[in-house]
Amino acid sequence: MSANITTVNRSIASLQNNNMSTRKIIQKIAFGIMWIFAALAIAMLLWIIIYVLINGAQVINLEFLTTRPRGGVSGEGGMSTTIPTTLYLVVSTLALAAPLGIGAAIYLVEYAGEVEKESRAARILIRVARTGIEILAGVPSIIFGLFGFTLFVSIMKLGFSLLSGGLAAACLILPVIIRTTEEALLSVPMSYREGSLALGANKWQTITSVILPAASPGIVTGIVLSVGRIIAETAIFWVTIGGSYRMPENLASAGRTMSLHVFMLATETRAFDKAMGTSAILIIVIVLLNLVINFISSRFEAKFMGKKV
Amino acid sequence: MNQNGKEIKINVKDFNFYYGKFQALRDINMDIPKNKITSIIGPSGCGKSTFLRSFNRMNDLIPNVNVKGEVTMESENIFEMDVVALRQRVGMVFQRPNPFPKSIFDNVAYGPRAAGLRDKTVVEELVERSLKQAAIWDEVKDDLNKSGLALSGGQQQRLCIARALAVEPEVILMDEPASALDPISTLRIEELIRILAENYTIVIVTHNMQQAARASDYSAFFNMAEDRAGYLVEFGETVKIFTNPTNQLTEDYITGRFG
Repeated sequence: MSANITTVNRSIASLQNNNMSTRKIIQKIAFGIMWIFAALAIAMLLWIIIYVLINGAQVINLEFLTTRPRGGVSGEGGMSTTIPTTLYLVVSTLALAAPLGIGAAIYLVEYAGEVEKESRAARILIRVARTGIEILAGVPSIIFGLFGFTLFVSIMKLGFSLLSGGLAAACLILPVIIRTTEEALLSVPMSYREGSLALGANKWQTITSVILPAASPGIVTGIVLSVGRIIAETAIFWVTIGGSYRMPENLASAGRTMSLHVFMLATETRAFDKAMGTSAILIIVIVLLNLVINFISSRFEAKFMGKKV
Repeated sequence: MNQNGKEIKINVKDFNFYYGKFQALRDINMDIPKNKITSIIGPSGCGKSTFLRSFNRMNDLIPNVNVKGEVTMESENIFEMDVVALRQRVGMVFQRPNPFPKSIFDNVAYGPRAAGLRDKTVVEELVERSLKQAAIWDEVKDDLNKSGLALSGGQQQRLCIARALAVEPEVILMDEPASALDPISTLRIEELIRILAENYTIVIVTHNMQQAARASDYSAFFNMAEDRAGYLVEFGETVKIFTNPTNQLTEDYITGRFG
């Protein structure tokens, strides 16, 4: 018995010696390839950003930022009205989608299990809902646009308006918010739930005072992703908010977001340089947005998780 | 209730526990004495934690569990009580320290606030008293706004004890409260449990024989039957269980012959 064991040990030891150099080389090659891939990916991103910024910088000045587009084939004017339009649209979309999405995710994670236990019908319904969310997350945005055009613009007679656009965009980002919130809630350790319930808190108190705060960095990430999506989206707004370059006055006004402006300038005018200028501003806004959110969430983490920034 | 001169806090009668079809506990009968430390010992998988978690109905969180028999606390059937009310009377400290990602103050104030206590000065007093009771006040009094997660493991566990005390429970359940801690922190927790037993009924699950022998007044030895259901082998004063057990199995276990 003991002789066998020592033999086995010796053979493994010699194996390792034999393989050591080959394994090291394989590791080095793998590391090198990964490094090249990462460098390529980052270089490509940087190239796009720098290209847009350099080309855009040529038309960006105070006048470009403060005058509204005047339309026409030559793409006269600046981009002033597209900035508030984008902002209004982000706010109205989030106001519609965030409460719905977060609420749905809380239900799916915290309550659905209980309901499923009790009734078969509920179990089927919840499964359908989950599958629906999965599918919706992969549907191209133009489909939501056409849906929004049919339902909100035509049938509900909301016309080309910020409201129509906001509703359609809310449908688009709802699955994103639900899924990221679900993931954030699921990542909250079970021990927090147990700890809270064991102290005589009820389920709702546990959700509002322990689970949601602990999940909020993840939820915020989901919302930021959605904001990025709204800012970047073109097709869906083309068929729901129209494209008017006037300053929107209320939710019933038509309008044009920054990315829609880029699209229109690039496809319907000769002012390709202005499309680049608007794109540059768009990129700057997105970068700033990410910086702000990173800052907020790191502060948040430091405060609640006891980590140093 | 009175039995052999000791006051009974919790009475367990013909208690059976099932996870779906699997029976985890069989026919447990046992009286938990008031304001004493009762330790529950036994090999892994014998249902010690399941038994402990029945007292505050933490097992309600798991789907498909079933109980038969009775558990009464001062002649109230705990399975008929409102679960929130029950958990306010029966607190729990878990195996791994689980402070919330909140400040030390908010961690301790959590239970009282959940119960509806709004008066700021009362909450502050309660927090201070609980932290003192849990022997951690001196270490944290200057930074109550620091996150509970920034404390060491042993401090976190004492914070969790303070958090449980702040709800002013009658019974405190402890599920291997020191198994994730170093020996010095363990000793501090044991000393703390001893002091707390003057005013609280404490039930503690432990894997550590010395801990049970050192830190408890009564001991219950659980074992696993052939179908893996846990049953109570012997229950009595810790001194007796550890020096002169009635059952051969108990003796084998505490002397380390199995388990």
